[in-house]
Amino acid sequence: MIKVIENLQIGPMVWKMLVEVPRLVAKAKAGQFVILRVNDKGERIPMSIAGLDKDKGLLTIIYQVVGKTTALMTTVQPGEEISDCVGPLGLPSHVEKWGTACVVGGGIGIAPVYPIAQAYKEAGNKVITIVGARNKGLLFYEDEHKSVADDYYPCTDDGSYGHHGFVSDVLKKLLDDGEKIGMIMAIGPVPMMKVVANLTKDYNVPTWVSLNPLMIDGTGMCGGCRVSIGGETKFACVDGPDFDGHMVDFDLLTSRLGAYKNQERKAMKKLLEDPKCRLTKAVKEFKYPDEKA
Amino acid sequence: MIDKEKKTKAKKPKGPNKLKPKDRMKIPRQDMSAQDPKDRAHNFNEVPFGFTEEQALKEAARCLECPKEPCIKGCPVEIDIPEFIRLIISKDYAASARKIKETNSLPAVCGRVCPQEEQCEAVCITGKKGKPVAIGHLERFVADYERENNLVELPEIAPPTGRKVAIVGSGPAGLTVAGDLIKFGHSVTIFEALHKPGGVLVYGIPEFRLPKSIVQAECDFLADMGVEFQNSTVIGKMDTIDELFEMGYDAVFIGTGAGLPNFMGIPGENLIAIYSANEYLTRSNLMRAFDPDDYDTPIIRGKNIAVLGGGNTAMDAVRTGLRLGADNAYIVYRRSRIEMPARIEEVHHAEEEGIQFHLLCNPIRFIDDGKGWVKGMECLKMELGEPDASGRRRPVPIEGSNFTLDVDLVVVAIGNSSNPLIPQTTPGLDCNKWGNIIADDNSLLTSRKGVYAGGDIVTGGATVILAAGAGKKAARAMHKYLMEEVKK
Ligand SMILES: Cc1cc2nc3c(=O)[nH]c(=O)nc-3n(C[C@H](O)[C@H](O)[C@H](O)COP(=O)(O)OP(=O)(O)OC[C@H]3O[C@@H](n4cnc5c(N)ncnc54)[C@H](O)[C@@H]3O)c2cc1C
Ligand SMILES: Cc1cc2nc3c(=O)[nH]c(=O)nc-3n(C[C@H](O)[C@H](O)[C@H](O)COP(=O)(O)OP(=O)(O)OC[C@H]3O[C@@H](n4cnc5c(N)ncnc54)[C@H](O)[C@@H]3O)c2cc1C
Ligand code: SF4
Ligand code: SF4
Ligand code: FES
Repeated sequence: MIKVIENLQIGPMVWKMLVEVPRLVAKAKAGQFVILRVNDKGERIPMSIAGLDKDKGLLTIIYQVVGKTTALMTTVQPGEEISDCVGPLGLPSHVEKWGTACVVGGGIGIAPVYPIAQAYKEAGNKVITIVGARNKGLLFYEDEHKSVADDYYPCTDDGSYGHHGFVSDVLKKLLDDGEKIGMIMAIGPVPMMKVVANLTKDYNVPTWVSLNPLMIDGTGMCGGCRVSIGGETKFACVDGPDFDGHMVDFDLLTSRLGAYKNQERKAMKKLLEDPKCRLTKAVKEFKYPDEKA
Repeated sequence: MIDKEKKTKAKKPKGPNKLKPKDRMKIPRQDMSAQDPKDRAHNFNEVPFGFTEEQALKEAARCLECPKEPCIKGCPVEIDIPEFIRLIISKDYAASARKIKETNSLPAVCGRVCPQEEQCEAVCITGKKGKPVAIGHLERFVADYERENNLVELPEIAPPTGRKVAIVGSGPAGLTVAGDLIKFGHSVTIFEALHKPGGVLVYGIPEFRLPKSIVQAECDFLADMGVEFQNSTVIGKMDTIDELFEMGYDAVFIGTGAGLPNFMGIPGENLIAIYSANEYLTRSNLMRAFDPDDYDTPIIRGKNIAVLGGGNTAMDAVRTGLRLGADNAYIVYRRSRIEMPARIEEVHHAEEEGIQFHLLCNPIRFIDDGKGWVKGMECLKMELGEPDASGRRRPVPIEGSNFTLDVDLVVVAIGNSSNPLIPQTTPGLDCNKWGNIIADDNSLLTSRKGVYAGGDIVTGGATVILAAGAGKKAARAMHKYLMEEVKK
């Protein structure tokens, strides 16, 4: 059992959870992930490492409620326990001194690019951080990012904060202005990573993305996490999750992420209708993006 | 040691079986009753019910107590079969189970899943003229009897030696090493990557063939003896083998199995609803997707499903698919029935349940429904040519024999390769060209001092009893090493 130290709502559907896993934290590096289970009958869900407190042995996870398991996570009170947390899984992000390095975080991806930005900084790079969300309320981790970034560019789709537009607009402008970037790391929704990768291909800037296919074991045993990289099948949990964005088949990734859509929705509906469930009002009002209208 | 004892052990001149050999031969082999195929195709309960006491006694009475005891040599761990059968005849079932456990710690498991027809029963003398003694069914009977009647006794545990052992992987190999080493008084910790121990016994072999409560009972038994389980711990990621030594472990056993699923490498393989057998079976067994009211694991339920392969894994996957609601469940195998590596009993059960066999048939491409899901499979018919390296006749495609099979779920069950996590993070640990860890045949010592390995990670995919047997050998060698070379 794993002790939860903190579980705070930090945005409309975004929570921050701190769990106590000292041995895991001692080994974990930026870019890796964990797989957790909330309870004994629950799913195993992968979550990126969004912060490591090596002294206290605490792992930070930033998660967005998108279905049943992430909804259940919000019900865990500080001091309570979740069933498991296994890791660190996957390969750490590649870090070297390139001169200038850039992290691009979109949506929930704002969280996992933070420890990577820290690692880039520690390696002696100038760090440019570009983060984006639909609106100001969805932007988080500003203090954290500002504490590491040499240049920090927030963006919102609706213009409510920072640059009005997409992260890729800011990146394009920097490249057009002649900023020499040695490495870009982009994490966020699949369409965002695809746009960024397509853009930087034209500029010939190495760009890595962190892929989030469905996973079970996270050790290379099931092959459920397979992705196509330059036409070759790879297992994201052991060969990744970071891959060369210029080689990734994003459409396949998007397609495979939809495999269980109907079953997942059924499970979520059941949970939302369950009178015994401890969900907060905010989560009870959860809607799928295509249900909004 | 054990081998010698066996050779010199005096034959019992007069056993409890008073029947003359001729009369023993007249008793027909007893069959376990089983769930009706029509019912069981829709549930996950165990298929055969096991012997009644009366059946067990009748079956035991068939043993001829052959002076040469060929059956013992047929068993990879050399269980004293005639003796455990004599104890059945004396109705001392618990003693019979204990006799088996001297060389095999998992009788309830092996009695169910061993390919007996190729091992102990294949060489049984009774089988020369009729049907062999049902050694596996008897083994299952005594193990179940012992467990169900709470007769399992904790063995005597030697005083603490102060030595610590780390076991990586909780499959049959790791569990066996743990059980033996704890008895010698060593402190034993098992590290397991998944959230439940048991290896393939929990995530691969389905409930209807091996109830998970039996595996759990075996693990509980080890825990009661003092074995510590650290689940959800991936060695090579959390701690490396070298770090285990730094943490104070004096010896390490690696029993991580044959982890990585093979795919066919043909077009369309990443379409949705094409699973590896490992994923499909893990979702259904470990994560209990067959019980959606209680568990959150999603699984795709096909109407027309194809399972590629002809081994035990393929049979397990196809029978799982049927139970999850398929109308048509096919085995697609590129050779013919005689080359199929699956146990005869399993093929037979599958046939009774209505599984359809497309033999001498090989897929060359998966067909997309336009939305990213598989909707069909283009196949070629095959014929058998000359024998290949494995001695089996090589399947050769028949040109122009292409045909399409409509399927909405495919499970690829064509074997596993070894997982590189540990070799990659353990300098000096030698592997062969397939990535299997190299270990000495007798001691199971690897190229690293104090590091032993056994089971599928050494042999490639094999059997439960071979993995358990490797565990036995390793435990013996590790005990010697710990007492003689590790100073405390
Ligand atoms: C390596 C990795 C790191 C991840 N890191 C984070 C993170 O830091 N924070 C975070 O909020 N989420 C992260 N995810 C995604 C997270 O695992 C899923 O959101 C979660 O599994 C959804 O579970 P659920 O039961 O709540 O929703 P479900 O009901 O299972 O899913 C709802 C919808 O979410 C999408 N989804 C489901 N699983 C995933 C997945 N593995 N990846 C992406 N989308 C998915 C699907 O399109 C699905 O229809 C990560 C995924 C991976 C593979
Ligand atoms: C579907 C299926 C059906 C089968 N049917 C039969 C049958 O009927 N009869 C028969 O005799 N045999 C059968 N077999 C084969 C048999 O199950 C295996 O030969 C046997 O389980 C091998 O045992 P093992 O202890 O070597 O490894 P496994 O049982 O594979 O266990 C290895 C364990 O190690 C864990 N592990 C791996 N890497 C790490 C790591 N880095 N850190 C921590 N833990 C790790 C794994 O999670 C796993 O739990 C079947 C196999 C399958 C897949
Ligand atoms: S362990 Fe397997 S081979 Fe040995 S006696 Fe039992 S069933 Fe036969
Ligand atoms: S070979 Fe068969 S009949 Fe002979 S002792 Fe063994 S089990 Fe009994
Ligand atoms: S999650 Fe199973 S192989 Fe990657």
